[in-house]
Amino acid sequence: MASNSPFKPKSSRASSQIPPPPPPPSASQIRPAVVVLLVRPCGGEIPRRPALDSVERIVEDFAMDLAINPFSSGTRLRDMIRAIRACKTAAEERAVVRRECAAIRAAISEGDQDYRHRNMAKLMFIHMLGYPTHFGQMECLKLIAAAGFPEKRIGYLGLTLLLDERQEVLMLVTNSLKQDLNHSNQFIVGLALCALGNICSAEMARDLAPEVERLLQNRDPNTKKKAALCSIRIVRKVPDLAENFMSAAASLLKEKHHGVLISAVQLCMELCKASYEALEYLRKNCLEGLVRILRDVSNSSYAPEYDIGGITDPFLHIRVLKLMRILGQGDADCSEYINDILAQVSTKTESNKNAGNAILYECVETIMGIEATSGLRVLAINILGRFLSNRDNNIRYVALNMLTKAIAVDTQAVQRHRATILECVKDADVSIRKRALELVYLLVNDTNVKPLTKELVDYLEVSDQDFKEDLTAKICSIVEKFSMDKLWYLDQMFRVLSLAGNYIKDDVWHALIVLMSNASELQGYSVRSLYKALQASGEQESLVRVAVWCIGEYGEMLVNNLSMLDMEEPITVTESDAVDAVEATLQRYSADVTTRAMCLVSLLKLSSRFPPTSERIKDIVAQNKGNTVLELQQRSIEFSSIIQRHQSIKSSLLERMPVLDEANYLVKRAASTQAAVSSLNSAPAATSGGPFKLPNGVAKPPPAPLADLLDLSSDDAPVTTSSPTTARNDFLQDLLGIGLTDSSPIGGAPSTSNDILMDLLSIGSSPVQNGPPTSNSSLPAIETKPVPVKPQVVDLLDGLSSSTSLPDENAAYPTITAFQSATLRITFSFKKQPGKPQETTINASFTNLATTTFTDFVFQAAVPKFIQLRLDPASSSTLPASGNGSVTQSLSVTNNQHGQKPLAMRIRMSYKVNGEDRLEQGQISNFPAGL
Amino acid sequence: MAKERRSVESLSDLWRAGAEQAHREVEDDGVEQQRSKQAGRDDEMTIRFVLFVNKQGQTRLAQYYEHLSLDERRALEGEIVRKCLARTDQQCSFVEHRNYKVVYRRYASLFFLVGVDNDENELAILEFIHLLVETMDRHFGNVCELDIMFHLEKVHFMLEEMVMNGCIVETSKQNILAPIQLMEKTS
Repeated sequence: MASNSPFKPKSSRASSQIPPPPPPPSASQIRPAVVVLLVRPCGGEIPRRPALDSVERIVEDFAMDLAINPFSSGTRLRDMIRAIRACKTAAEERAVVRRECAAIRAAISEGDQDYRHRNMAKLMFIHMLGYPTHFGQMECLKLIAAAGFPEKRIGYLGLTLLLDERQEVLMLVTNSLKQDLNHSNQFIVGLALCALGNICSAEMARDLAPEVERLLQNRDPNTKKKAALCSIRIVRKVPDLAENFMSAAASLLKEKHHGVLISAVQLCMELCKASYEALEYLRKNCLEGLVRILRDVSNSSYAPEYDIGGITDPFLHIRVLKLMRILGQGDADCSEYINDILAQVSTKTESNKNAGNAILYECVETIMGIEATSGLRVLAINILGRFLSNRDNNIRYVALNMLTKAIAVDTQAVQRHRATILECVKDADVSIRKRALELVYLLVNDTNVKPLTKELVDYLEVSDQDFKEDLTAKICSIVEKFSMDKLWYLDQMFRVLSLAGNYIKDDVWHALIVLMSNASELQGYSVRSLYKALQASGEQESLVRVAVWCIGEYGEMLVNNLSMLDMEEPITVTESDAVDAVEATLQRYSADVTTRAMCLVSLLKLSSRFPPTSERIKDIVAQNKGNTVLELQQRSIEFSSIIQRHQSIKSSLLERMPVLDEANYLVKRAASTQAAVSSLNSAPAATSGGPFKLPNGVAKPPPAPLADLLDLSSDDAPVTTSSPTTARNDFLQDLLGIGLTDSSPIGGAPSTSNDILMDLLSIGSSPVQNGPPTSNSSLPAIETKPVPVKPQVVDLLDGLSSSTSLPDENAAYPTITAFQSATLRITFSFKKQPGKPQETTINASFTNLATTTFTDFVFQAAVPKFIQLRLDPASSSTLPASGNGSVTQSLSVTNNQHGQKPLAMRIRMSYKVNGEDRLEQGQISNFPAGL
Repeated sequence: MAKERRSVESLSDLWRAGAEQAHREVEDDGVEQQRSKQAGRDDEMTIRFVLFVNKQGQTRLAQYYEHLSLDERRALEGEIVRKCLARTDQQCSFVEHRNYKVVYRRYASLFFLVGVDNDENELAILEFIHLLVETMDRHFGNVCELDIMFHLEKVHFMLEEMVMNGCIVETSKQNILAPIQLMEKTS
């Protein structure tokens, strides 16, 4: 805010006084008040200084009023407020309010005349506190119907506060409104217009539109302006009426009174939205008038009446500029016509006052919105540049806001301010930082991505904790979007991991691992960089996981400095150093289960890479045999057994991971992250499985690998999983690429276990689901002995999915038979997007059990109001006979009271059998819980 | 698809037939939600609400230009007040809340909050708040929180002269105060 602006919140003042206004203009500058019509004629002269004199007197009078006159019996308003303020607890306050309400109710029912005004004032206060006041509604109507102005005044105020357009009581007031609109007193007309403009419903709009139209022609400007605003409400409620107001609105723009002008401009905007004809009409007829208004108001010298912060009526400026934007949008002629005046406003308006800046801001938006000349656009962008470098936070906020919109129009111009915008990312105010970060994100392109990312990453080092999450997400998103250069991508990711590894989402580092596994020439560099980073910042969870994984996979590259890059300096790491690093991580207090599990896998791999350390690793692994976490205990036992007893197969078992399928992973991730951005811990593995998973199967993935591992020592070991043996066979077949097509999920159980086991192949997001064909080549032959080996190899790498996967919200729901009759069966299967628990996609499948074909099949559904339903078109309207094929249709259901109320649905099916109409209906209440 | 949707509407009768009694409460909720949805869609409104709140978070004046139920009002006031009161003087005067913005300004112990649409000119709304304060000041003379509480209806009268149906009508202090002064003189 400019320092000379009148906005100076004086927080330093001790009392609760609001600071005095700037000195009032001298008496000679005040135009006499418009005192033409009064409720009761009051003779005498118009006072010279009405504002100041009368205020004092009125305050005194009112105090007297309260002290002696009508308000003396019962509690006064002031007393009630005091009593309420004195309450120490909410219960006390409720008691006071209840007592007051009872008194008011009694007064109303007795037809008390003296205290109606005060009772209404009390009711307003009670309403403001958030208590129901419906019993006062009828009293409002009575007050409106009274003859005097004060009664009407308070009555109308009560009407707008206590009622709304949807209450039926409102219909009763239509008649009073109509009478008041035709009243001879302009203030009463004004009241009625005001109330109508605030609360009228579509029916009232239709009834009273003629009156309002007539009042638009009234000679009193105050009535005109209110009629114009009332018309806005009418047009909004009944857009068909727009045409009636077009010419009147255009002619109002010729007025002098600012109140009329501002209302007329707003009416024009509403008309443009309501009908295209009106837009065309106004383009033709009122552009000239608008330009004239804007010129007059921006050229006018000091006008005390409309002076706001040193500028003449900024509100009128802004409304006119807004309307110009609507008219000029997509219309070259109009745009050209207003070019000059826009240039004038944007150069002449003072930019050292808040009001002036408000106008400039609106002007820039209009220039960006219309088909402006390039010169004008440059002018606009320059204004924004000035705003950006302003020291006032408000101005900078709107500049960033505006630049975000301008980027669509002129990216180059916005790019010029990149440096300043980057500075704003580091601002102290979180509102500004967020805006700036979003803008930077939009500004990134191929040419500037490297310097911009460097800036952001540098800032990550010093930024607030709360802001790191946003910042990290954006950096990762930028880096991934522009990851043409793999080395650069790795470098940035390593830095982000070391600086803010705790804020990184799982899918980001999963993607990093996939990429590293594909970039064979960079694996050496990666593992060395990560090793160094791990030494420096071992508390960043994601960094630790990635580093541990890499050390396990590429340990020999770390120790032998294999595949060095030119710019790299060799480091000396011994085999036991590498083991030390992993061991330290495993023992670190803050490491979570997933990290520890990964450490164990890594150690196991190292025991094969570095045979001399094998003994030591055996001891470390064995320490966890008694771990209270089942996952770790199990791994520890399994791995110990591999190290001790299966030396012969260990090396082939612990070979490096096959290259992960990048394209496949990216597709999966895109599908799963779209919806799951918000849920931090959602493991993509769970979402990539189909909707057919049964909950019981899903809940037990860990036992499966155990069974497989035990298989090594005894060929016919009992299968400890809940899945039937056939399922495992399926899986083995799948693994070898045999009979992939045959294992289509027919029944529930086989497909379930299939899914589980497939998931076990994955690191978190199952990137190797299509892996088996590629790994096939590494198997010597398809024989029984090697066959079980592969699952363990893969299983050992799955550390992530088995422990972190499958949060509840991703649990699948069983398919239900929603409806069954002698002729028709309907089954529903369910699917949910992660992160949107209230939304469910239902796949309905219809099967005809009769022997005749159904034609013109239509399925309809109805739901209670807290549920929203959308039906997609059915795949066909003909149902073949005897269950030979089925029709499917998908339904999207949003349960707005998810978790509180279950889904419920009524359905109706109509179809024709041999040309004869049939109708079936039913209710579905057996939806699975949790929908 | 359109056809299906229409049939769903006509089916609402079917639903009601069986579930009228059991689901009366549910339906009321549903209607309420539909209503607030409609109000939300009606986003032409420039000013959605004007709130005066003191430092303790107590509402001192509330004027809504869209319909909200009592509970919704309480929730909204609570959320916004919590957000705005936590900010320091150095931070900018705009807070993004749900699908709209709150422009706020603090005068001594009172916060003036105005909820506006996203494409509304925030700086102009700041000027509007100041104009409102100046107008009250001219009427009450060094206005304070108590003036507003005890003369709630007068502040509402002023606001009604300035804003109608969410649009600004009048920006001249003299025009705003004229009817109020006339009324007081005659009564």
